[in-house]
Amino acid sequence: MSTAFDFEKPILEIQKEIEKLKQMSLESGMDLNKDIETLEHEAAEFKKELFENLNPAQKMQIARHPERPKFLDYVNLMCTDFVELHGDRVGTDDRAIVGGLAKLDGRPVMIIGTMKGKSTKENLEYNFGMPQPEGYRKALRLFYHANKFNLPIITIIDTPGAYPGISAEKHAQGAAIAYNLKEMQKLKVPVIAIVSGEGCSGGALGLAVANKVYLLEHAYYTVISPEGCASILWRDASKNLEAATALKITAPHLLKFGIIDGMIKEPMGGAHTDYEVMANEMKSTILNALSELDGMSGEDLRNQRYDKFRKMGSFIE
Amino acid sequence: MTVQDWFEKRKEAQIQRRALEARVEIEANPDLWTKCVHCNAQLLKKDIEENSMVCPVCDYHFRVSARTRIEQLFDEGSFEEYFGDIKPTDPLDFVDTESYKDRIAKAQEKTGLNDAVITGIGTIEGHKTAFAVMDFDFMGGSMGSVVGEKVTRIIEKAIELRLPVIAVTSSGGARMQESALSLMQMAKTSCACARLDEAGLLYVNVITDPTFGGVTASFGTLGDIIVAEQGARVGFAGRRVIEQTIRQKLPSDFQTAEYLMKYGQVDIVSPRKELRDTLANILSMHEQGVQ
Repeated sequence: MSTAFDFEKPILEIQKEIEKLKQMSLESGMDLNKDIETLEHEAAEFKKELFENLNPAQKMQIARHPERPKFLDYVNLMCTDFVELHGDRVGTDDRAIVGGLAKLDGRPVMIIGTMKGKSTKENLEYNFGMPQPEGYRKALRLFYHANKFNLPIITIIDTPGAYPGISAEKHAQGAAIAYNLKEMQKLKVPVIAIVSGEGCSGGALGLAVANKVYLLEHAYYTVISPEGCASILWRDASKNLEAATALKITAPHLLKFGIIDGMIKEPMGGAHTDYEVMANEMKSTILNALSELDGMSGEDLRNQRYDKFRKMGSFIE
Repeated sequence: MTVQDWFEKRKEAQIQRRALEARVEIEANPDLWTKCVHCNAQLLKKDIEENSMVCPVCDYHFRVSARTRIEQLFDEGSFEEYFGDIKPTDPLDFVDTESYKDRIAKAQEKTGLNDAVITGIGTIEGHKTAFAVMDFDFMGGSMGSVVGEKVTRIIEKAIELRLPVIAVTSSGGARMQESALSLMQMAKTSCACARLDEAGLLYVNVITDPTFGGVTASFGTLGDIIVAEQGARVGFAGRRVIEQTIRQKLPSDFQTAEYLMKYGQVDIVSPRKELRDTLANILSMHEQGVQ
């Protein structure tokens, strides 16, 4: 079983009690099934209540859980015949963005995502899911490929942001993201984006100018990491929980503001507790979205994408 | 040394002499005087203003307001503002150490602007162009819904009228107080740039000090031609964030216009005084396709 969150402790306590009762019943031969059932029911109810009312800070913990499914887990569980396509063709294969061809329900698609690791070694390889400009350029190459061969594009995003470093700045991190935003608008194929964990800033948006955008139940999508926001506005990075609340980064708010098209339900306890259920839920969302977009011409898709982002914002005149 | 250099040197020397001789005068009229933040020279405010807000001694480029920038770049009386009535709201009821509503009110009072960008149409040495000019004094030139909307609208207007677009940026990045709505302005403005591309119209970026974050990563660097003003600091991540991440000191020229030119990111680094001529020249060479 994976590491429990602080806020799950009461459930663990109840589970301990249940175990004790089971042990007692075994040793004494008493029939405690009724009590055990009641407790199990209570535990389930409590858990449901808890997970339906998580605050943004608790959701952040779930979204950042080290065992949360990663991009390649989703690819393996949702798709068959994955062929990874490497490199930006001008010198680098940034591992923080992984992409390639795969079949989804037998249909070829281009699937691209930010990649995180589960161990320190893996995380070093994937740079903790923080792409360099070269990663965005690799993604762009794959977008063009999909566009040429009329393949739908699926992106899965889980990143604390684009990498802030010397080489990233030398190689135009900002312009690499900007260029993706612009070029994604021109694509004539369906584009579906899913924020599966952390969706921070331009680093996330650089793969998310899509016809349909979804957010996992405990994922978040924000203009700046809550820590970054806290250190700028509160001048204190430890105020990240206040910042996470103020930034309204979870699915209900994002739905209200028209930023996302839908929320994808996670298994009780979070995506990390049941990879298969999570992947199935995501897959059915993608297939539904694809069937909605399938009838549209390339021009319709571009117009729909333009109008979708065109409407976003809040102002008076 | 060219004759021009000699004249420049002499002018500088004169100004310095005047400044030295004027200590007494400074004490008598402190309002007329200021210090260059870069070279510390005592200067008459008037001398800086008459020099396009550039220090006559060390050539330091002071930040200028959007209005001053427009006066410097466009032909007198040619500028017509568009979409000036669009105002910000507070969709998140955002409060940090101060409420967003109060921050907006203060910024509006300080700058006399509704938000951090002025958009319109004007001429530069007779060449007609649409433009967006940002104002750093309005909440650090941050891009929220209003900036995104106005930039998008002026690009759409340019497509309708078949005009080139010039964007003069000065921004700390996306406006945090509008959270994901600000983030989406990056997408919105970049999608408009895609249409500008497809319409075959010229787009020129003028990057001024400072331009960072969400503006660098959207319409701020999508120009066909990118001009950076001399001395401007430009980047995606801020210097402090990078230093904290990599735990080492950065070179002093890191993220300057000159540094970006060295790494192939900008076409031209221009001193402020040459900017108008540079833009006029660029515009003049792209008019064949424009009706």
